[in-house]
Amino acid sequence: MRSLFPVLAVLAAIVALWYGAAVRMNSQWTYDQAARAGVEVSLGAVVADTLSQERPVLPAPHQVAKGLWDGLFGQKVTSKRSLVYHGWVTLSATLLGFAIGTVMGIALAVGIVHNRAMDMSVMPWAIASQTIPILAIAPMIIVVMNSLGLQGLVPKAIISAYLSFFPVVVGMVKGLRSPDAMQLDLLKTYNAQPREVLTKLRLPASMPYLFASLKVGVAASLVGAIVGELPTGAVAGLGARLLSGSYYGQTVQIWAALFAAAIVAAGLVMIIGVIERAMLKRMGLVR
Amino acid sequence: MRAGISRFWLVGIAAVGAAAVYDTRLALVLALWIGAWFLNTRIALAGGQGPRWLVPVIFGLTVLALWEVTVRLYGVSPVILPAPSAIAARFAASLPVLWADFVQTGLKGALTGYVIGCGAAVATAVLIDRSDFLQRGLLPVGNFVAALPIVGIAPIMVMWFGFDWQSKAAVVVVMVFFPVLVNMVAGLKASEAMQRDLMATYHASYWQTLIKLRLPAAMPFLFNGLKIATTLALIGAIVAEFFGSPIVGMGFRINASIGQLSLDMIWAEIAVAAIAGSAFYGIVAFIEKRVTFWHPSQRR
Repeated sequence: MRSLFPVLAVLAAIVALWYGAAVRMNSQWTYDQAARAGVEVSLGAVVADTLSQERPVLPAPHQVAKGLWDGLFGQKVTSKRSLVYHGWVTLSATLLGFAIGTVMGIALAVGIVHNRAMDMSVMPWAIASQTIPILAIAPMIIVVMNSLGLQGLVPKAIISAYLSFFPVVVGMVKGLRSPDAMQLDLLKTYNAQPREVLTKLRLPASMPYLFASLKVGVAASLVGAIVGELPTGAVAGLGARLLSGSYYGQTVQIWAALFAAAIVAAGLVMIIGVIERAMLKRMGLVR
Repeated sequence: MRAGISRFWLVGIAAVGAAAVYDTRLALVLALWIGAWFLNTRIALAGGQGPRWLVPVIFGLTVLALWEVTVRLYGVSPVILPAPSAIAARFAASLPVLWADFVQTGLKGALTGYVIGCGAAVATAVLIDRSDFLQRGLLPVGNFVAALPIVGIAPIMVMWFGFDWQSKAAVVVVMVFFPVLVNMVAGLKASEAMQRDLMATYHASYWQTLIKLRLPAAMPFLFNGLKIATTLALIGAIVAEFFGSPIVGMGFRINASIGQLSLDMIWAEIAVAAIAGSAFYGIVAFIEKRVTFWHPSQRR
């Protein structure tokens, strides 16, 4: 709470800068229009015009807010112009992919921790894959799946799963290895089976690591779903809104879609944060 | 333990046998897979000097071999999955094109944006370091922005800066700025009170303390951010090209090759991206090793 005021001050400064930039960047068009019409415009008229253009170079914050409001609440959620509809298209692919990627990532991490050969074969590749721009394969997956007859949700979910998979594997392996030798020895004196060591020690100990990777993974999943919507040519989803906005120069639409994506991302990360706090509190791990 | 392992392999051999009855091709693929797995397990359990790099290499080669064999035996169409040999052939045949794409996207787009973005982030971190108010205000915002799908600004940047590499560099600047900023601010706090007191007893000025103590102490944190930013930079530059580009560049080539269904070209381009990404990361990690040689994490 101590930092609430500074955060608000910074946000206010950003909005002020944004307005200034909007006036500056949009004024060229206003002056051009006035010169063509052969009239002089006063500074006040220029400012008023730059903040209410149809297709501004940089839409003013209130225009974006209005675009966002119209998109979210201005129409029926089933409408093709509703951001709720497009947001849901993207969100469903994100969630499905994220769930698949997380489950497979945890499964592989458990395998890696229990099998030395698997650890030595797979782990270097999993780490190396973090340095590779995997997102580049997204368009190909979409098109190949399309030619195999799979459309819509599933191909995007596969990209999302793929992107969230590696952070989860790397984080989970770290987490499952986090119990120290003393604790493992204790379970050995209890004659615990590997399975019991896993469920009673390794999995609980890995939770903080898991949630850290889940936050990275869900953000990556959302980016994957958005990029996965680009090559199909702007059918549905937030990525499609971005693309069609850029085709037709609808800048307000682009910014509104961008903020909708930001809200979805922030919401997802926040939900995971809440679950994390509740879970760690129950486990007595909260600091 | 021994009995468990051998039973596992018996099941594997039985699976190969059962597959052979129905489909010899499947049996061949399975045999190759289980054989390589067996070999890797043997090496891994044996320990010693060699296996550190040998096991992952065998695994990688196995994946490539399985891919090749599966595509050949089942006659998978090249517009669905080209064989690794076809991709390698395409890679070798179109080296000039791939190099031009790499220069456009990797060097002009990603590297320019990376340098500008990281430079701006470090400068901002040093500037706001003196103001507790700005730090408390900017850090939550920076952390929040770092989790957002920033690649979405690509269409806006393409509108502002045109189709050429400048717009890609602009996307990269925004993408790398916040992770580096957050890490650098944390790094500037990393020097200990005792060390700062020592500098004070030397009557060191703010700038002397900054340059001689706090910037070096911040390096491990800074490089952490710089390494994260390498991948982001390439992703930003490639994805921004999906929104409009001149007729050269990795993202453009991927998009254009999809239209022609020449998947071998896309895979070759992905190979370039993988090599560029690892090399970029490797170079930053190498510089880190030279700069932060004093840090405990670099000890052997």
